Amino acid sequence: MSKPIVQVCGLNKKFGPVVAVKNVNFSLAAGETIGLLGGNGAGKSTTLAMLLGLLLPTSGDIFVLGHNMIRNRYQALPDMNFSSPYVDLPHRLTVRENLKIYGCLYGVKKINDRIRELSQDFGLDQFLDRPSGKLSAGQKTRVALAKALLNKPKLLLLDEPTASMDPDTADVIRQHLIRYQGDADATIILASHNMSEIEQLCQKVLIMKKGKIVAQGPPNTLVADFQRQNLEQVFLDIARYNEPTRQTKEDAE
Amino acid sequence: MSTVSHSVVRIWGLALRHYFLIRGSWPRILELVYWPALQMTLWGFITIFFETHSSWLAQAGGILITAILLWDIMFRSQLSFFLSFLEEIWSRNLGHIFVSPIRPFELIAALLMVSLIRTLVGVGAAALLAILIFDVSIFSLGAPLTLFFLNLTLMGWSLGLVVSALVLRYGQGAESLGWAAIFLVQPISGVFYPINILPEWLQPIALIIPASHIFEGLRLILIHQTFRIDLLVNAFSLNLVFVLLSLTTFFVILRYARIHGQLLQMGE
Repeated sequence: MSKPIVQVCGLNKKFGPVVAVKNVNFSLAAGETIGLLGGNGAGKSTTLAMLLGLLLPTSGDIFVLGHNMIRNRYQALPDMNFSSPYVDLPHRLTVRENLKIYGCLYGVKKINDRIRELSQDFGLDQFLDRPSGKLSAGQKTRVALAKALLNKPKLLLLDEPTASMDPDTADVIRQHLIRYQGDADATIILASHNMSEIEQLCQKVLIMKKGKIVAQGPPNTLVADFQRQNLEQVFLDIARYNEPTRQTKEDAE
Repeated sequence: MSTVSHSVVRIWGLALRHYFLIRGSWPRILELVYWPALQMTLWGFITIFFETHSSWLAQAGGILITAILLWDIMFRSQLSFFLSFLEEIWSRNLGHIFVSPIRPFELIAALLMVSLIRTLVGVGAAALLAILIFDVSIFSLGAPLTLFFLNLTLMGWSLGLVVSALVLRYGQGAESLGWAAIFLVQPISGVFYPINILPEWLQPIALIIPASHIFEGLRLILIHQTFRIDLLVNAFSLNLVFVLLSLTTFFVILRYARIHGQLLQMGE
């Protein structure tokens, strides 16, 4: 079996007395898409931030593309990227200027050609020379995704990738992500509250609650194990039980 | 591409971000030259007034104008670095920057590059105005001007790094401290008067400020036409300490920010 693209071992994060992430372990192979689910404050964003190296864990190890993210993250960062509707690009700069700058930061060759490609893929042509701050929420999300794919990353971390998009555009974007993953054999970690999106895109799901992974597996397996009709019902089950592990629920039954 | 070329491209990329920002914003372009020109003009007229009342000043026409222009080199260097850093915070862009391959020292290098250009534009314009309006040229200082410029810029950058680190540590509440910090050292830097007029207890403190040696050297050139190399060596040595301390402060606070999640929360 090939080396995992992401390996997380015994990851913990405390902010003072607050435990944000507790003993999280998982690994991801090349070409896999994993969904990170959980209610507000479950530890998803903290886990993503640690994977990106924005946040140092209290203990535990993270290996991305074979590099230790705590000690050696700059070896991995050129092959990673992320998109989040909650982190902005400079508002006063145009979309093209922003993409050009991030192209430089990621060392993208022939940046103008790459911008043209992404512009076609994500339908950015009409507002490529408009200031980023003047775009609608959906347009901003598309620009953020284009920025995330500038360097053709091997590991893509996406936080709410289709937030604020109409169903048609969201579907186009999802199809694009599926195509990109197939072409580049990329690994994708997706944090979303859109359960149908998770079911459509992810081969595996991690559900977090109070900083812990409380259930994991392929979406259809989780649905079957919880004897529910869809992932949303599984999510609600977990969110509403006090001890939300698959075992405790089965025991309770 | 080699590691160095990659690094240069990343530094260039971030510098480009500030060029695009300034290019598209006339208030930012105006701000580049507004304060240096205004300060120089104000002190120029004060000089004209004093020249008729002070024989000491009459011996060294333009001393205040030259001093204010040199002071502005330090002030602009600090402020331009700090402002460029703040732009990243205001635009909530730090998250994207810190997850890109740009390393902290490259980020600093890009901000220093932007700061240098902004300082040269701002102070350069004011220096030309001083020639046109008051017939005072800082370029008459000759070669020492380059060394003075280098030292004052280094000190400005050191302060810029420290105040940027404070914003990273304490959030935007510390922003006003960043604007005000440089004025804390102005009274003891001997910009407009020799430091021996300071109270005795304050003089040793003034002597550990690199700028005070530069302004002392400046007065000796303008009044006695003497260039003191020892003052310059003092300034360089102290600046070395200042730069090392400020870099250490910045990196320690950056690590603190990565532990406490500050990089995720920065923004308007």
